[in-house]
Amino acid sequence: MTKEYRFIGKPTPRKDAVDIVTGKGKYVNDIKLPNMLYGKVLRSPYPHANIKSIDTSKAKKLPGVKAVLTYKDVPDWKVGMPLHLRVLDSKVRFVGDAVALVAAETEEIAYEALDLIDVEYEQLPAVYDVEEATKPGAPQLYTEFPGNVVPMGNPWFGSKRAPNALEEIVIGDVEKGLQEADFICEGTYVYENIPNPLPPEPPGAIAAWEGPNTVDVWLSSQGLYMDRVSLYYILKRKVDVRAHAGPCGGSYGSKGTSFPIILGAIVLAKAAGRPVKLCLTKEEHLTAFTLRLGSRMHGKVGMKKDGTVTAIAGEWVVNTGHYCAVTQGQVTVGLGEAQLLVRCKNWNLKPKIVCTNRTTSGWIRGFGGQELKSTFIPLLSEAMEKLDIDPVEFFKKNFVKSGDGYYWRDGDWWVSRVVDFSKAIDKGADTFGWKEKWKGWLKPTKVNGTKRIGVGVGVHGNADVGEDVSEAYVRIDPEHTAMLYQAVLEQGGGQRSNLCKMVAEVLQIPPERVFISPPDSSINPYEFGLVGSRGTYAIGSAAINAAEDAKQKLFKLAALKLNTSPENLETKNGMIYVKGQPDNKISWRRTMGVTRVAPLPRTILGYGRFEPDFSLCNFMMTFVEVEVDTETGKVELLNVVNATDVGQIIDPPSLENQLNGCLGSAGIDTALFEETVLDKTNGRILSANMIDYKWRVFPDLPVLRNVILETPMPSHRFGAVGVGEIVTSPGPAAVLMAISNAIGTKLYSYPATPDKILKALGKI
Amino acid sequence: MAKKMVTEKEALEGSVTRKEEKGVVVPPTTIKLMVNGEPRELMVGKDVYPWHTLAYTLRETLDLTGTKIGCDHGACGACTVIMDGKPILSCLTLTVECDGKNIKTIEGLADPKTGALDPLQQAFVDHTAFQCGFCTPGIIMSTKALLDENSSPTEKDVKQALAGHYCRCISHYHVLEAVMTAVEKRRPSE
Repeated sequence: MTKEYRFIGKPTPRKDAVDIVTGKGKYVNDIKLPNMLYGKVLRSPYPHANIKSIDTSKAKKLPGVKAVLTYKDVPDWKVGMPLHLRVLDSKVRFVGDAVALVAAETEEIAYEALDLIDVEYEQLPAVYDVEEATKPGAPQLYTEFPGNVVPMGNPWFGSKRAPNALEEIVIGDVEKGLQEADFICEGTYVYENIPNPLPPEPPGAIAAWEGPNTVDVWLSSQGLYMDRVSLYYILKRKVDVRAHAGPCGGSYGSKGTSFPIILGAIVLAKAAGRPVKLCLTKEEHLTAFTLRLGSRMHGKVGMKKDGTVTAIAGEWVVNTGHYCAVTQGQVTVGLGEAQLLVRCKNWNLKPKIVCTNRTTSGWIRGFGGQELKSTFIPLLSEAMEKLDIDPVEFFKKNFVKSGDGYYWRDGDWWVSRVVDFSKAIDKGADTFGWKEKWKGWLKPTKVNGTKRIGVGVGVHGNADVGEDVSEAYVRIDPEHTAMLYQAVLEQGGGQRSNLCKMVAEVLQIPPERVFISPPDSSINPYEFGLVGSRGTYAIGSAAINAAEDAKQKLFKLAALKLNTSPENLETKNGMIYVKGQPDNKISWRRTMGVTRVAPLPRTILGYGRFEPDFSLCNFMMTFVEVEVDTETGKVELLNVVNATDVGQIIDPPSLENQLNGCLGSAGIDTALFEETVLDKTNGRILSANMIDYKWRVFPDLPVLRNVILETPMPSHRFGAVGVGEIVTSPGPAAVLMAISNAIGTKLYSYPATPDKILKALGKI
Repeated sequence: MAKKMVTEKEALEGSVTRKEEKGVVVPPTTIKLMVNGEPRELMVGKDVYPWHTLAYTLRETLDLTGTKIGCDHGACGACTVIMDGKPILSCLTLTVECDGKNIKTIEGLADPKTGALDPLQQAFVDHTAFQCGFCTPGIIMSTKALLDENSSPTEKDVKQALAGHYCRCISHYHVLEAVMTAVEKRRPSE
């Protein structure tokens, strides 16, 4: 049984709810600074070319134009990991790459100026496929990446104990493991439909310089400090960056790679001497922003009849497009997560990151894990099918258990302290009706004339719940209120409200009496960002610790006045009591020096910190049921059940909302219809609007149920871990499995569009 | 700017939009319209240009940024406002076509005197029927127009009315709960 809390676990309205439903929330494009200019980007029509000449004289003469910048005018500031992409370069690497930047009094003038820039290009051959790109003689994108291979290594992910980030999984003896197997399968599996997470709000930023060495940026982002610290290094440690953020209109990871846009605003604002807003259009969002990684796995797996995996080997080739923002991190986390999925003693799994001539692939919800799982589960399924193993039983047996170890992103070996997820699996399977619906591999659940029903299952988990550092301050005020200072912005999960709720529970005052500071790096202490599923455990721990620290300081003062020791005190609703003596009490007000005759108030400041801990992970199993029309090839998603154990729910509607997100942000539907269509004859993206890029509409919602268990986790005092980030990830592989079972033929290609299904059925 | 001495009656009548001289339509020099119950007058060539969309005018000229621009090509529904009782895509509507129109945006739903939320807005708050909130104003405006026309829609009707709204966080299920609760509450007790 879970513990009964006063506020935790009960639904409370989001603190920003009224702003959202009245339109008051100020997203980045809603902000207008005095004297602000509008920035626009001239983009390359070619996938790969050198800029032979560029003439901006006509554009500069247009009234209202305040800055026109080319590669000749900008500092040598680079983004990416390692730093490689210049803010503007003499070379373009994809259709949509930035050629020039303009700032003008209005957007119309800026657009007109773009038309007045004359560019002469020297076209170069382009490459889109990872195998082609790594062949000798292939077009080279960057001189620093010979063979178009981006080196591993990630300065963010090392730690004191393990300074070098994880680069591959090599454990045990694969050859020996393969010999122990009852069945070995080998093959290449791909998830390369490069879907777009496509938040509704297009990416954008505003920059304003204050003096020569300080710049203020307003972001649509996930982490103020992540951006602030990155920009500090990008700007060569010479500029203080102050990051501000309003609400973020959806990111799903992608806006963590906004640096080219932020830098564009920064250089324009510097050149024009005025604030500049640079927001992308939806077309730019679809053609020149972040897609999922292309994932191709050449894998080999050995399995025993009882579902024991004896060896896993292979190469995981990742297509990162023209720019590698933090793909090494994604690959590392993906490799770590593979070990959570399968308890195997022998591994040799090595990644390779490759650059190609299309827009970037990078950081998206699922963070490498979804991309690997969507190829790795089909490989495992091949062996499960041959050995006739029920996939639910396989995952139950193989998902990480307490005491199992794994290499995590810091390259260190971690031993899991997690709860047993078998209960969640069983409850999910019951809710879905798995036992009745599962008829065996490549067997439909039901056949109704031309319609065939099939079921599938996928799983994912991430030990990122305790990643990175968080700090927080909690200030207790005499008015029985508290202020949480933490650099957390709202991106949809309700985290700002939930953190206030945690502080409220510690201080025993209603959540509406706890406030949170504006998301601004100049007033809040270090907080890495709302990334992965770290909001509840990592960020929450810092808030809880700060509240506890403040409370202890308050008790010290109160103890003096009540002639007792601080340990004997408790508080509720702004009153401090000696435990067991309800009449022996003092108010926060009095404790903090406020009296009617001599008001000498003080405030009390508590500090909290969280250090990374990779010994806990979250868990998500997704069951799906599809109906395939064998005449038309159309697939309908009928039923979805997500099963998880979160330790303790913080806010039920916020959690349900996040889990329902499995259908969005390039999740389940990447197996059904979502894809970015790249024309490989000219490098152009053909699905560059929201009609041609397919998305799920209200009338097509499946029946969706979430099974959420609450087995207390050894995390913080509320025993919770976050789970929101991972919910998109088990779905794609599950859908492919369900369709294969429905039609009786293995389907390998994402997304399973009608043409592929009819082809698999031999009808076209 | 944009808020001249124009009466409600004048705003709703509009300028001389259809004035013809010798068979040629003379374009109006001002656009008069009602926005959230307030008469507005926009000078063509100063406050509004022929290429300004209503979404642009609302956001950039009238500072009503509650209306969001997602795709700006009529596919995502984020910019939905109510014009003369019908939900429209303000990114596909030119402001110069809005002479004499009555526009309601998300800012105009709460009671202007008391500030009390519309029951529909309240239902969205009560059900946390949003995540990032960017698509919410558009969804609320479409739903509001539906409920004004059909006081007891079925869930299927609501889904159909919201078919053009893109929500990427997937708050659809909570939106349906909120809307159906608001519908139940509107139903007169028998």
